[in-house]
Order: sequence, then structure tokens, then C-alpha cells
Amino acid sequence: MMRRFTLIAVPYVWLLVLFMVPFLIVFKISLSDAALAIPPYAPTMRDGLATLLSELDFENFVFLTQDDLYWKAYLSSLRIAVLSTFLTLLVGYPIAYGMARAPDEWRATLMMLVILPFWTSFLIRVYAWMGILSNEGLLNQFLIWLGLISDPLVILNTTIAVYIGIVYTYLPFMILPIYAALDRMDTSLNEAAEDLGCSRMQAFWLVTIPLSKNGIIAGSFLVFIPALGEFVIPSLLGGSGTLMIGKVLWEEFFNNRDWPVASAVAVVLLLILVIPIVLFQRNQQKQQEAEQ
Amino acid sequence: MPFFKERTIVSQTVFAPWDDPNQKPLIRFQNVTKRFGEFVAIDDLTLDIFAQEFFALLGPSGCGKTTMMRMLAGFESVTEGKIELSGADIGHVPPNKRAVNMMFQSYALFPHLSVWENIAFGLKRDRKSKAEIDARVDEMLKLTRLEKFSKRKPHQISGGQRQRVALARSLAKAPKLLLLDEPLGALDKKLRQDTQFELMDIQETTGTTFVIVTHDQEEAMTVASRVAVMDEGRIIQVATPANIYEYPNSVYVADFIGDVNIIQGTAAAKGPETYAITWADGQAPVTATSKTSFSEGQEAHLAIRPEKIGISAQKPENADNALQGKVLDIAYLGNLSTYHVQLPGGQIIKAQTANTRRIARRDITWEDPVWISWSATAGVLLAQ
Repeated sequence: MMRRFTLIAVPYVWLLVLFMVPFLIVFKISLSDAALAIPPYAPTMRDGLATLLSELDFENFVFLTQDDLYWKAYLSSLRIAVLSTFLTLLVGYPIAYGMARAPDEWRATLMMLVILPFWTSFLIRVYAWMGILSNEGLLNQFLIWLGLISDPLVILNTTIAVYIGIVYTYLPFMILPIYAALDRMDTSLNEAAEDLGCSRMQAFWLVTIPLSKNGIIAGSFLVFIPALGEFVIPSLLGGSGTLMIGKVLWEEFFNNRDWPVASAVAVVLLLILVIPIVLFQRNQQKQQEAEQ
Repeated sequence: MPFFKERTIVSQTVFAPWDDPNQKPLIRFQNVTKRFGEFVAIDDLTLDIFAQEFFALLGPSGCGKTTMMRMLAGFESVTEGKIELSGADIGHVPPNKRAVNMMFQSYALFPHLSVWENIAFGLKRDRKSKAEIDARVDEMLKLTRLEKFSKRKPHQISGGQRQRVALARSLAKAPKLLLLDEPLGALDKKLRQDTQFELMDIQETTGTTFVIVTHDQEEAMTVASRVAVMDEGRIIQVATPANIYEYPNSVYVADFIGDVNIIQGTAAAKGPETYAITWADGQAPVTATSKTSFSEGQEAHLAIRPEKIGISAQKPENADNALQGKVLDIAYLGNLSTYHVQLPGGQIIKAQTANTRRIARRDITWEDPVWISWSATAGVLLAQ
């Protein structure tokens, strides 16, 4: 009984210390007011518990609804996250499919190639994209050399660059769960579908896609959730024209030094993410039940 | 020992289209060869299969039986030769355009669809009306006694039920030819025997031509109207189960089907269609009849089934062949006992008797000196 309790306690203590406590601190800051002090908000515990509690309010959350910068940034983030998840799926599915149907002796190598980019720092890889996408970058030089274009395309510092960055960065998170689902699939199912009158294409839509559904859902959430709060990619590749909530949060925190508003932005972002996270968990659970 | 269900054919005549030269075969393999790179899977094979047959392809794994079936289904192309279905070459017809359906060894049921949807899958591809599909699926559910499970998913039913869903799904489109790849391989022995009879009943009711692939000789003998014994991409013998068992054309077939004693020796003519086989030093030659002729001194193999050999404590009178030996081992199978009798030269001959008396009253036991005997017509004399 005691052992079992200890075993269950470990993840709960982990969650409490590394998630619940920091969240409560952030939430408390979001209810405070900005101040020229260290730390830059008031009230703090030094003012005594009674004063502390009496001076907390939802003013910052009200402020978020008043300035249209914030809800525009949330909406724009949502749009970018949804679209880039969809693009990642379009690119990732054929790769996962090719991997799952590749000869056995190739698979380990292909898997390695998918994971390989993780061996380099994420920041360096995004910087590399700046070198590729800029006006004098590799891509433009190559296209001009080919004679396809005469003037360089403006890609860097546009939303397109953000999409490219997100699709590139999160592609492995899409490929791996889809590959896992396709790899488990019995190829005789496709033969059975063809035997019963399907063309190759119909068999793909009626059998392969439905049976890799769980992989698609898992991959999509694994891309969507981090993409929504993404900060590095829009600030390095997106330029000033791209509005994303991660960037807004950074600016509130470091440029304006307005910790309370930054915290309020973070709390709202978390609330938005709770919905897909819960859906993701439910999908995983359903998958496990189906396998039993 | 395999047992055969006598086939009930509606007409008075015996069902044997393969003996009638005027019958057109449903399937005709003409000098078909299939190579995978260097490996020859099917070697210049010619074979006719007739409508309404229950045809079994029997052989060890790797003999090419599955390749033959996959060529019929359209999943493998033919390297040389051609395959005809109802007189038309089907070499370039893709699987989805063939009037052939297949029941897969793994059943290949669609896990995301219910039993009903699995059976309806092929019908929906034909763009049949909803009423037609409903009627046909209900008919199939009834045929395979699955009415109660129509809403279940494949993982919610037993192995035997899954097997029946696979059968119903492949029969739903009323194919000219149904291919069954090791259809009972995943079932346990008792269920397998029941299902064999069920398969035969369904084959007779629907009048569909069945081609079954199996490595289980008992299964092939039980269900099939004809059996083709295969080895290394060739067909060694095609015949009815009874003829395969009683008149194998080679030692390979005799050995593959059931239990057999092989006595190897040299033949010498003894009378009309009768030969004496000298088989061991210090032993009298054994006598056997044979319709195929053997030249003087030709190597010959006498194949005799254990149940055709009698065993007795006293020397039997009037036996064509009688040899003395001692009982080395007794395999008690309940209904039958197999005696392993060792001859003075060390050879072991198996003799089988039905246990019509209780075990306590059996008069032969281990180490007993016994006589084994058989008639001149009991065995088959084979050149190779």
C-alpha cells in the first residue's frame, strides 16, 4: 500500500513543484500591478498577507480585452498555428508513408535522418534559415542562377518565412506518430480492399487514412500546441509584420518590463491551450483502450 | 489417418468434370512460370480447375502454392505463360477488376469497420443500391451465422467468428472464384474440424469454385474435390483425395500424405502385372502388383499404408507377404494403435490396427515376436 502510494506520489509531486507552483506564482503576478521596484510589481509578500490579498485584482485581464493588440495577436497566432499544422501534415504524411513502406533495411537510416536535425541547436537551425531565405540568400541566388526569377523574392521577414520555419522545425513531431501508426498497419488490408474492388487510391482513402487517424491526431497536436506559443521563429524569421502572442509576451516582459500584463497574457495562452491538450489526452487514452 | 466426407452431389452422376474431355475449365494455367529475380517460384506449370470444384493446393512452405494463389488474385504478375479465367487471359487485369475474391490468411478485416460494414465493403464499391446491399449483407450474415455480431468491431469477436466474417466478406460479391489462403490456420484443432465441414457446406450451397491453399494434408483431404500436391514450384500430382492416398504417383506424394512404409529394392517380373521385389539380404522377396511395368532389376519403392498391414502373433496363412519381427514400440491413439515392428535386418515397419477390443485384452505387447503381413495388392509400386 505504502509503495503504491509512493509510486503515484512521484508524478504528482513533480507536477506540483514544476507546474502548479510556477503557475500559481505567474497567476499571482498577473493579478498585481506594475511598479518601479525589484521585482517590478506590487504588492509582494513583504507587504504582509492581508495587504497582498486586498490589492490583487483582475485589472490586467480587463486591459487585455481593451487593447486590440492582444486579441489580434491571439487570433493571428491561432491562424498561423492551425495553418502551419495543416502544412506540416501535408509534408509529413507522405514522408511517414514512404518510411513505413520502405524496405526493412532502410527504415533505421530513414528514422535517423528524421531525428538528425535535433542534434544541432534549434536556434542555429533557425538562423540557417535566415541565410537561406534572405534576399541575397541561397534560395534566391539559386533561383536567379536557374533563371526562374530576375529579382530576389522577399521571403524573410514575412509570414511565409514563419510557416517555413514552423513546418521545418516541427516536422519530426508530425512524422513520428504517423509513422508509428502506419508501421503497425497490416499491408494485407490494402490488398483486401483492392481485392474487393477498390483502386489503389480508394484503398488509401478508405483504409490507410482511417487507420492512421490516431497518428494524424497525435502529430497535429504535437505541432499545434508548441506552434501556438512559438516565439523564436516569428521573431527571427517573421520580422515586425508578423503578430504572434509569444512575441507579444516577450516584449511585455523584457521591453516594457510589465510583468503583470505579461503574466496575464501567459495565463490566457495557457487557458487557450488547455482545450487542445485535453483533446490530445483523450485521443491518446482512446487509442490505448482500442489496443487492449 | 485422414477421413473424407463423401460429397453429396445433387445429380446422380459423380462430380468429376476433370474426367470429361468436353468440359471447359474455369481456370487454366498454361505453362506458367513466375520468377522473383533468380528464384523460380512457379516452374512451367499447367493446370485446369473446373467450375464448382473445391480445389486444394497442398505443399510445404515455399513450394509456390501461395504464389499461385496471389497470381490468381492479381497481386503477382506472370513471368511467362498465361492464366485464363473462363477462357479470357487475366494476366493484365488488376485485382479490383477480377471476378475473383480472396480470403486472407490474416483475414485482413478492416479494424475500423463493423462486421456489417466489412461485409458490405465490396458491395459498396460496386455502387449497388442500399436495398441491394442490405439484402446481400443480411444473406451473408445468415449464411455464416453472424447475425448477432453485425454491429461489433473485429476486435470484439472471437477468432472463429472473425474467420466467418472474412469468409462472408469474400463471398458477398458472389465471385466466380474464391481463393482461401490457409483459411483455418489460426483456429484450434477442434474448431478447425467443425469449420472444415462448414466450409464445404457453404461451398455446396453457393456453388462457388473454391481454391484453397494449405499445408495441412488432413484439411486438404477433408474438404477438397481434388488435391494438387506441390513441391519446389511444380505440381507433383493432381487427383481426388482418395486417389492421392491410394495411388500416389511418387514416393514424395506417398510420404507427404499420411503415414507410409517405403520398402526399397529391385523389381523382377513374377507374373502378369506382378513383381517380386528383392529388398534386403537374407529376406524373402516381397510380392506386389503394379499396372506400370518395371524392367528386370529396376529400382522400385513399395509404398504401403500402415493400416493395410496386418499384425498377428501366429504366422498368418495364405498371406502374399509375411515377415517376422518384434514389437519395438506401440503408439496408442485411442481408436487406433500403431505398432512399430523391427525386422531382423533392423528395418522398422509400421502396422496399424483398429482398437476394437479393450486395451487389457490386447494380445500383443512390447518385445513380442510378431508376424506382419499384407496382400500383393495392398501397396503401390513406385519407380521414384
